[in-house]
Amino acid sequence: MPYQIIVCGGLAPDPLQTLEPVSSPAGPALKNEMMLPAVFDPWAGHALYEAAHLAKQHPGSSIKVVSLAPKAKLQQVMMTIAQKLPFELVPLDGPGGGFTDAASIAAVLADAIAAIPGLDKSQVLLFGGWESATRGAGTVMQMVGEKLGITEQFLAVDELTIDADGALVIKERVEGGQHQVSRCTAPPAVLAWATGNLSEPANHPQTGMANMRAMMPALQKAKPASLTSALTFADVSLPAVTRQTRIVKDVPAAEIAREIAEWIKQ
Amino acid sequence: MEKILVLLHTAADGGLPPAALETLGVAQSLGAAWDLAVLGANAAAAAQSISSGAGKTLAVEGDAFSQSRYSTDAAAAAALIQASGAQIVLAPGTMRFNRALPGVAARLNGAADTHIVAVDPSLNVHRWFYRQRMEGTLTRSTRPWVLLIEPGSNPAATTAAGAPAELLSVPVETRTQVTGFQSPAADQQTIRPGASLLFVAGAGWTKKQKDGATHTGEAGEIILGFVQKTQSSLGSSKSLVDLSGEGQAVLPFLTHLHQVGQTGSTPRHRKGLATCCHGEEPHVVGWRFINERRAINLDPACGWSRGKADVLYVADAFEVMRALAPLL
Ligand SMILES: Cc1cc2nc3c(=O)[nH]c(=O)nc-3n(C[C@H](O)[C@H](O)[C@H](O)COP(=O)(O)OP(=O)(O)OC[C@H]3O[C@@H](n4cnc5c(N)ncnc54)[C@H](O)[C@@H]3O)c2cc1C
Repeated sequence: MPYQIIVCGGLAPDPLQTLEPVSSPAGPALKNEMMLPAVFDPWAGHALYEAAHLAKQHPGSSIKVVSLAPKAKLQQVMMTIAQKLPFELVPLDGPGGGFTDAASIAAVLADAIAAIPGLDKSQVLLFGGWESATRGAGTVMQMVGEKLGITEQFLAVDELTIDADGALVIKERVEGGQHQVSRCTAPPAVLAWATGNLSEPANHPQTGMANMRAMMPALQKAKPASLTSALTFADVSLPAVTRQTRIVKDVPAAEIAREIAEWIKQ
Repeated sequence: MEKILVLLHTAADGGLPPAALETLGVAQSLGAAWDLAVLGANAAAAAQSISSGAGKTLAVEGDAFSQSRYSTDAAAAAALIQASGAQIVLAPGTMRFNRALPGVAARLNGAADTHIVAVDPSLNVHRWFYRQRMEGTLTRSTRPWVLLIEPGSNPAATTAAGAPAELLSVPVETRTQVTGFQSPAADQQTIRPGASLLFVAGAGWTKKQKDGATHTGEAGEIILGFVQKTQSSLGSSKSLVDLSGEGQAVLPFLTHLHQVGQTGSTPRHRKGLATCCHGEEPHVVGWRFINERRAINLDPACGWSRGKADVLYVADAFEVMRALAPLL
């Protein structure tokens, strides 16, 4: 059967960048936030690649990416992501970042999804990352699911297969390096992905061009999201650096091994 | 202070996981009145075993609730929160509750915050942002407010048995069956949450060495030998697990489950030893809760040298680990 796969994914600062908190009239923010290069949030990225894989196996399936971020940044990031697989973008213009209120973000995303024309809940698989690289809360997907009335939900998913009866067989990460395996008879379902099993698809410029033809007008028309926040921050800071690295050089391996063995036994 | 509900679940064996007692410890430290609610297998008995000091004691149990599953957990948790009437809910941030409770908060028009490492009596909560790169203290006005306490971040409560639990009956509606669990083969069981040492293997183990050749087979033996002897937990870098995923002849026992860092895990262990791993920021954010850190790397300018480890041994990890094996 075809699936309507909806992938929720925001943006995050490139993890190789140095981040520094500053205070702004609207609460905590990142220094030079708008200047920092952004990436598609990594776990949401895994969800997107898994969506592409599933859509390919089930003809007639569609992929829509619902993303709330500053419009200009979203456009930049889409220049790359759009080259990876065919999808439609449902952009929402608004602040990204770690200090936004997940509850409000979830409400805005749910409204945007509910308003997608032709949405057939019996075919919906709601995908996203299990945590963002910004808030790192792991709460948005469950809240979006609830607001849409989807009560079959899975968190930290590494694998989805469809069995002969059309049921979803899902592996979720649980404690102790194990996977819990569940069988859900049919959509709709929420799958918040961990790393999955697929590597990042290569860029395909033709796909990018085809995607961008629809994305550019959508980005231009993107509505500003009306977000609220019930959060009051007392303080945001970088962890104090307390480590002075002792560098041990030009010492025979046997001596290093002795030192490590002692340390391990302590 | 507002009344608190301590909401817990049992493990498959009907006992309370350590994270449950840690959450109860946080609640007790706040000095407020608290109710207790437990869901899962054997929930009523588990609740009674620690209910001394609680106002109401509530439970939901039965076959449907012994599985860790969103639909049934959410229904049970929502019923328990409503029966208590408390607007502040403290719960352990286990995978089971991280899955279920944010949606429950939404169902009750409330909010949930996760990965909380500390709470004070004014309900200022402390948590990390940007994958452990920043820490913040905040509070929120939304009610009900579900606070998921990070396992391993607080001491366990001292408990005593008390009043029996009132059992709630909750309708079951689900399309999902938990069919089982999968874990790595016994000799490859390398993630040990209770271990005191984390051993990280980086991509260097698979790179060309001094003699111009790769020695992946020996690398695998050294790593598994060490981990089995020391009963340590095995972590890895993204580069190395990605190589494995791409089907290259690398270290077949490593999967994404071993990945530590930005898009991996943030394990808690007392000590960590990184080998052949460069110590780049996206990796090291996963080391936030590793107290004592040492690294072995050929490169004196690798990431570990800059305040990310306590000791950096500039040396060949093959040589050091070979010499280390007989000393353990
Ligand atoms: C969006 C994003 C998310 C990311 N998430 C993560 C994440 O979650 N986890 C993560 O780990 N990375 C992550 N990364 C990747 C990260 O930036 C690094 O690329 C990665 O950690 C490097 O892995 P490595 O140190 O094992 O390999 P390399 O960078 O290849 O380093 C290998 C090291 O081995 C050393 N070496 C080689 N031979 C020996 C020897 N005989 N003895 C001693 N040392 C030796 C070398 O000196 C070198 O330092 C992410 C990157 C991005 C862009």
